[in-house]
Amino acid sequence: MGTLSAIIVDAASFSAWLFLVAVGLTLIFGVLRLLNIAHGAFYSVGAYAAIYAIGASVALGWGTALQLAAALGAASVIGALIGLLVERCVLLRLYGHPEPLVLIATYALFLVLDDLTKMISGGRSLYAAQPRDNLGQIAIGGLQYPTYDIALIGVSLMVAAAAWYTLNRTRLGRCVTAVVFDSEISAAMGIHVGRIKTGTFIVGSVLGCIAGALTAPKIAVSPGIGVEVIVIAFAVVVVGGLGSIPGALLGAAIVGLARAVTAHLMPEVEVFAVYFAMVAVLAVRPHGLLAPVAARRI
Amino acid sequence: MKTKLRLWAASTAAMLVCLTSIHADPAVAEDKLKIGLVFFLSGPGAAYGSHARDGAKLIAEALNAAKVPAPYDKAGINGLRIEPVFVDEAGGAQKQLAEYRRLVESEKVDMVIGYNSSADCNAIAPVAEELQVLTDFFHCGNPQLFEDIVTAPEYSVRTAPTGTMDQVAAAKYLLEKMPAIKSVSGINQDYSWGQDSWTEFKAAMSALKPDIQYPAGLFTKLGTSDYGAEISALLSSPADALFSSFWGGDADAFALQASTRGLTEKSKFVLTMGTGIIDDLGEKTIVGSIFGARGPHGYFARKTPLADWFKAEYLKTYHRVPPFGAYAAAQGIFGIKAAYEKAAAGLAGKLKTEAVIAALKGLTFETASGFPITMANNNGHQAIQATAYGVYAGWDKAKNEAIVTDIKVYPAECVNPPNGVRAVDWIKSGFKGAKC
Repeated sequence: MGTLSAIIVDAASFSAWLFLVAVGLTLIFGVLRLLNIAHGAFYSVGAYAAIYAIGASVALGWGTALQLAAALGAASVIGALIGLLVERCVLLRLYGHPEPLVLIATYALFLVLDDLTKMISGGRSLYAAQPRDNLGQIAIGGLQYPTYDIALIGVSLMVAAAAWYTLNRTRLGRCVTAVVFDSEISAAMGIHVGRIKTGTFIVGSVLGCIAGALTAPKIAVSPGIGVEVIVIAFAVVVVGGLGSIPGALLGAAIVGLARAVTAHLMPEVEVFAVYFAMVAVLAVRPHGLLAPVAARRI
Repeated sequence: MKTKLRLWAASTAAMLVCLTSIHADPAVAEDKLKIGLVFFLSGPGAAYGSHARDGAKLIAEALNAAKVPAPYDKAGINGLRIEPVFVDEAGGAQKQLAEYRRLVESEKVDMVIGYNSSADCNAIAPVAEELQVLTDFFHCGNPQLFEDIVTAPEYSVRTAPTGTMDQVAAAKYLLEKMPAIKSVSGINQDYSWGQDSWTEFKAAMSALKPDIQYPAGLFTKLGTSDYGAEISALLSSPADALFSSFWGGDADAFALQASTRGLTEKSKFVLTMGTGIIDDLGEKTIVGSIFGARGPHGYFARKTPLADWFKAEYLKTYHRVPPFGAYAAAQGIFGIKAAYEKAAAGLAGKLKTEAVIAALKGLTFETASGFPITMANNNGHQAIQATAYGVYAGWDKAKNEAIVTDIKVYPAECVNPPNGVRAVDWIKSGFKGAKC
């Protein structure tokens, strides 16, 4: 029973983190048909922004809520600025070009941003665990878990709900959906496709930065943290279906569960299991579990 | 008289032939020595590699300015100005092979010092032999490099001991601190360094205490952020001690997360690269953890004029005590300098690579940690050195440095395999021939 509850809690916690990391990536792909490797760098930038914001908040004597608000605020502002710059200065010129070209461009951006963070912050690990420490521990099934980590499960579900509601129940969401299906018809119907694309990219980059900011109190932030993140985020969105937000949630749950089960029961195959889950899903459903149905244009 | 003159002429001619044979072609002789320095400068390894780069840069500049104390007080290397060419080790072995060829064929470096990743060392060493370029694998720890990959090295050398030393000393130290210990679990990175470290540590523990149990041996991907599931698994069946060879950001993240969840109260942490955590986390380091430094570096360094100078100079330049990556880079350069100047025997100018390597074989040279290194193994191509372990007892806020207690130094011949014996075989033999 102890092991089962530990597996469930660990799977939920890890899946929540995976979803936060992957949601921006899948949103950008869904709307812009763009595999954004730079998403890993957005995560890294968000984590560094949070480290400095929390450090400043602690120095000012602010409480936990304000420390977190400062971290999220800093990450959001920086994410929005970087998203705007990247979309306007780089991606705008690449829309309509072959996908591999755009992929390489975002990879180049990833390297540039990663090096920039290193130049600014140095090679040293930085940490700002105060908000996580302040929230204390919670006992589940005989094991202690940081309340912060458990709270992230709720945050992740809220992000998922907000994304679903915005896309399915608002006028803006309907416009985005229209652009996803056919940008030319959408433009003919009066939707400003350019703004939708820019806005979506900015929201995606803000989500990437927020994922980094929320992770920062859990880890030591060091150069290159975005590398592993982008790999596993791709695994999640590919399992769930590129461009599908419910798919990202499902993919995160599957990958998180695979990791938690193997970590407890078969640790020797833990690393293998995550990517085996991805291969197994793709072998059965090459477009992922919940990939949006694509209309064939003739 | 004629006979004496003939003898003098013959001996002078012989000396000239000897000297010519170790010196490079005068037509290409220059007053600089171009050295490729390959460290992780980006990606997860940069947390370590940037320290190595800083250390190498400091030493190269200080040597060029003849500011290093004895025995390295001669300018540059044998009077030749060091011209460093820094290369990023990130990107994988294939990229490193291309970079290595670029360094040799395009940059025309005289030698290469670098490579922290065991995978990169394994890939580069055969090419170093093929291109006949002196290559000092300054810090990768895998014994396989000279046991399996290049078994008769001619141009590849390693001026750092293998990781065997770390694992054997950790096992000995742990048993001295906890003689009644019954179980040890492990969590290591899922590549050759982590796999080898756990294998050797288990072998050493079993050799010293055959009834020891290993409830869990976990491996995680390099660069993992969240260790929640692994910590839960380790908490579910806690061992008396937990062994880890984590380094860089992984080590810091794991230490922070494990500490928060109380794993440190259930298991005594044994961290072979723990000094890196102290360097990064400072007072957030796990109190009571046993830690090493891939050698007697940092907090274990002995007081010598050279060691004191290095620490003070690094502190002045980078505003922190030197991390162990900086020590490793420094000893890599010092080893080459010592060999070069021994081979030159007082004569200025550039030498042939073979002469430098011949001088390095069996050489004992001083290091920035105060503990000498001897090129004792694998036909003089592999270093051995003493190492040390200690306990992190807290943070001295007044001095802004760690309080380290129970430091124990293990002699080089005690924790390194003898020449010609495979590391794992030596451990399994019960450390036959060890001089402790």
